[in-house]
Amino acid sequence: MKEYDDIPGTFVFDAERARRGYHLNKFCMSLMRAENRTAFKADEEKYVRSFGMSEEQVQSVLARDWNRMLDLGGNVYFMAKVFFTDGISVQFAAAQMSGMTQEAYAQMMLGGGRSPDGNRHKSTQTNG
Amino acid sequence: MAEIFAALTTSHVPAMGAAVDLGKTKDAYWSPLFAGYEFAKHWIQEAKPDVIILVYNDHATAFCLDMIPTFALGCGAQFAPADEGWGRRPVPIVHGDPELAAHIAQSLILDEFDMTLVNEMDVDHGLTVPLSMVFGQPEAWPCKVIPLAVNVVQYPPPTGNRCFNLGKALRKAVASYDRDLRVMVWGTGGMSHQLQGPRAGLINSDFDARFMDMLIDTPEAAAKIPHIEYMRESGTEGIELVMWLIARGALTPKVRTVRRFYHVPASNTAVGHLILENDPDAAVPGSVAAVG
Repeated sequence: MKEYDDIPGTFVFDAERARRGYHLNKFCMSLMRAENRTAFKADEEKYVRSFGMSEEQVQSVLARDWNRMLDLGGNVYFMAKVFFTDGISVQFAAAQMSGMTQEAYAQMMLGGGRSPDGNRHKSTQTNG
Repeated sequence: MAEIFAALTTSHVPAMGAAVDLGKTKDAYWSPLFAGYEFAKHWIQEAKPDVIILVYNDHATAFCLDMIPTFALGCGAQFAPADEGWGRRPVPIVHGDPELAAHIAQSLILDEFDMTLVNEMDVDHGLTVPLSMVFGQPEAWPCKVIPLAVNVVQYPPPTGNRCFNLGKALRKAVASYDRDLRVMVWGTGGMSHQLQGPRAGLINSDFDARFMDMLIDTPEAAAKIPHIEYMRESGTEGIELVMWLIARGALTPKVRTVRRFYHVPASNTAVGHLILENDPDAAVPGSVAAVG
């Protein structure tokens, strides 16, 4: 086990995830172009399947399961291209990743953010 | 002779750039943050750098997974603001300094920093937001900017120690340039933030304060912070703080803090900002002798 796998609620985008996520992130990057965003919106499944992703990765994109995408090698800066295509902000997506409503997440940030206390090690996690 | 006389560090949150572009800096949410940069706006008018070496990271814009240079030096004559998926920011073209950049590239590589040299690239919010925070909305940026992009997206980024030593080598490179230029190094990114996973939204103000203290007073100790500590304590994206060590390494061992500011939040991020000047008492010959 890698040392950083002990950090709760966190998917470190290391070389192994980057390798697994290569096609997934290529798909995300393609959304930088307007014509590709149009093609994606017209037929999501057809578009997503043209990138050589695994079935799990395809399903994670179609379901907008951000945490699953992260685990399967997606990187948040690439995934941000999907957020923007969907018309949601990074903060909105971050709220979804942490299972909070947008309002509750925004309030948490205004209150100083998520505390590191209880969030440093999986073994001692108290506050997911 | 050219000289690096000061460093500036700042977060580069894209929402800060959007607040400038959309005229929201006086809004209740943003005004405390932008008030914190008023000092820098006045200070820079007096300081008048000729060139800024701007250390930042690209966010899947100019570099995607096709190429992941650890250190990339912008050697071109100009760099356009990038379209990051919502159109280019309405900010001026960034003008480089190809002659100084070429000199720096040669000096760094012979000092065993194997830089990637980039002549053509667009620059994203990582580079343009710091310029907006300090210069506002001018018709043209008032000085030349040499981009220095650091990979902090795919783990592992370069170590803090490597970054600190790169800063020292930058100082040596600039000092051996045969033109009278006032040069700054800006270190951007951070402070604590995590944009991904169920732990998204993590902020650690204690870590951030400690990091600023160490960066100013005991940078060798800050350079030894391991990656796992950045990620665990300051969030996966807090690891961007290694870029601040490049700016610090470019100054004398002792520095004067002329500005220190901290604010939470800007969107998902803790915002930190420093202006550090060489301590004239410490800026004696030999102070950069440790570069190797």
